[in-house]
Amino acid sequence: MTQARTLYEKIWDAHVVETREDGTCLLYIDRHLVHEVTSPQAFEGLRMAGRKVRRPDLTLAVPDHNLPTTARVDGEGHRLPIKDPEGAQQLAALEKNAPEFGIKYIGATDKEQGIVHVVGPEQGFTLPGTTLVCGDSHTAAHGALGALAFGIGTSEVEHVLATQTLQLKPSKTMEIRVEGQLGPGVTPKDVILHVIGVIGTAGGTGHVIEYRGNVFEEMSVEGRLTVSNMSIEGGARAGLFAPDEKTFAYVKGRPMAPKGADWEAAVAYWKTLKTDEGATFDRSVVIDAAGIVPTVTWGTSPEDVVPITGTVPAPESFADATKRAAAEKALEYMGLSAGQRMQDIEVQHIFIGSCTNSRIEDLRAAAAVVKGHKVDPRIRQALIVPGSGLVKLQAEAEGLDKIFLDAGFEWREPGCSMCLGMNPDKVPAGERCASTSNRNFMGRQGPGSRTHLVSPAMAAAAAITGHLTDIRTMAGEMA
Amino acid sequence: MEPLKTVEGRAYPLGVKNVDTDMIIPAKWLKTISRVGMGKGAFEAMREVSGNVFDDPEYQGSPVLIAGDNFGCGSSREHAAWALNDMGIKVVIAPSFSDIFSGNAFKNGILTVVLPQEAVDRLMEVAKTDPIHVDLETQTVTTPFQDRFRFELDPFRKACLLGGLDEIGLTLERTGGIDRFEQRRDAEQPWIKPVLA
Ligand code: SF4
Repeated sequence: MTQARTLYEKIWDAHVVETREDGTCLLYIDRHLVHEVTSPQAFEGLRMAGRKVRRPDLTLAVPDHNLPTTARVDGEGHRLPIKDPEGAQQLAALEKNAPEFGIKYIGATDKEQGIVHVVGPEQGFTLPGTTLVCGDSHTAAHGALGALAFGIGTSEVEHVLATQTLQLKPSKTMEIRVEGQLGPGVTPKDVILHVIGVIGTAGGTGHVIEYRGNVFEEMSVEGRLTVSNMSIEGGARAGLFAPDEKTFAYVKGRPMAPKGADWEAAVAYWKTLKTDEGATFDRSVVIDAAGIVPTVTWGTSPEDVVPITGTVPAPESFADATKRAAAEKALEYMGLSAGQRMQDIEVQHIFIGSCTNSRIEDLRAAAAVVKGHKVDPRIRQALIVPGSGLVKLQAEAEGLDKIFLDAGFEWREPGCSMCLGMNPDKVPAGERCASTSNRNFMGRQGPGSRTHLVSPAMAAAAAITGHLTDIRTMAGEMA
Repeated sequence: MEPLKTVEGRAYPLGVKNVDTDMIIPAKWLKTISRVGMGKGAFEAMREVSGNVFDDPEYQGSPVLIAGDNFGCGSSREHAAWALNDMGIKVVIAPSFSDIFSGNAFKNGILTVVLPQEAVDRLMEVAKTDPIHVDLETQTVTTPFQDRFRFELDPFRKACLLGGLDEIGLTLERTGGIDRFEQRRDAEQPWIKPVLA
């Protein structure tokens, strides 16, 4: 009998090419996603050294961060230029580098274009048991399918392009178990926000998290993508879900997924990918599902969470002096005072999108709340940004676009959009946004922007009422 | 990368503590698509002060930079190393460095030398008038005045710098192992390749 291993250890072991004396491993990388922001210098490095991409067939490029989400072609189908010269330059560099190095490229106007972390799973590029990297920290999302997926820096992007490997030391293992029954209105986003509130933003540092327990087992694959996506916000490099029948059903038939006999062989292998009975984790956290309620953030760190029924905490309530100082600063930045009821906080912007919450189930959940209502007149901008062109088409086929447009939302082209202030979609200084994205850092949605992280249903509810709202009070609106 | 065996030349006597990556290269350079040409933006804020060492003709093109404690702190941007490279700096000497910066510098063929404050002070003095000499093989910094300071250097990093091997170059030496891994994997798990139209 071999030693009992965790899922992480199984995937890691299956990818070690060599181990150095000091424990550093040469780890084989099965999948590499490339976008326009972190790749230009990597390609330039290859060019300067006269190197090639070792496995262009394991690499997929798609632009997302810089692209404006307004129309990309004019009435005659001509490409509209990007106004920001640097954004345009980064896009042009990717459009040139991908074909030059023989990499498959999904272009800005292709219907498959979207946020890398939405496109990978959607195309069947992300598979269980594979190692997957991308020059972006939210690569952790792909762990939802049982892939060991993590973000890397530009030198590492170049290293993977040239060698299809990385030099790495193994991480520690951590399990997060959520057991019991989730209450009404509690979505995967609320679960992960709650988890981060429990473990803190440094809670997972140096670890890879495996999500276990009946709540995660019962969760849809899209919900798992939301959860795994935010592993990085809990300090972990990656998140993992053991692949199961739901995973297989999700992957099956996707364009880049195995077919026929290959499919059968793949599933047989994927079924072995679970943590063995008796395997141990370096750290274990168990959370009672019944204690999780719809959750929102009040501050400038994803760990600054409270139940929507709660109030803005007083800095004095934190025992730790650094945390106290951080809370004071956060409240000043957010323009909030201790004791304010979360539900009384008015917002001026709504953003439903980002690699955390822009898939079809997210849009359906938001549409179910919006249907038959209007966006509150005090809201300045309410954006719905599908995670990919295919999500957008699916939503349109279901008539969701009409529900949103009728209510007064804007229906945009896919991209990172208002998740980060790198393209034209920004929250103006001092204004407040209920956002389904993953980071509420100072200035993340634009200089001076104030972010409250919420689920798609809660963002939709806030759009209708004009303030943060407990979804459970919107009777009959929940999907 | 070029092998780095010895470096002989003048040194910028900067001496400032806590030089963060934003001081080395301001954030506005992060949206570039190239890693060359960044020397123009390097130490921009410091260069606005008249009499700064970077614009002093005395030190033009120096391959060495001498700084105070905690050089390279702040964000993890690799642009800081690219900017120094573009200026032609091959060695930075300081009493301490941020770990991430040292790692990024090494990946880009720049040597970071840690020496005690007294040694750094002495080198600052020499740098104002004379060249200094850095020898990787013997791990020493020497001056024309019989000063001789030995520094520590991780053996792996030393081998890489001496051989002009970047991390990619080193991994490429393991190509045989990677080939074998791929062959075995492709045979055992033929489904692993994505279906690319
Ligand atoms: S949507 Fe946001 S978090 Fe996701 S990849 Fe884009 S910028 Fe990063």
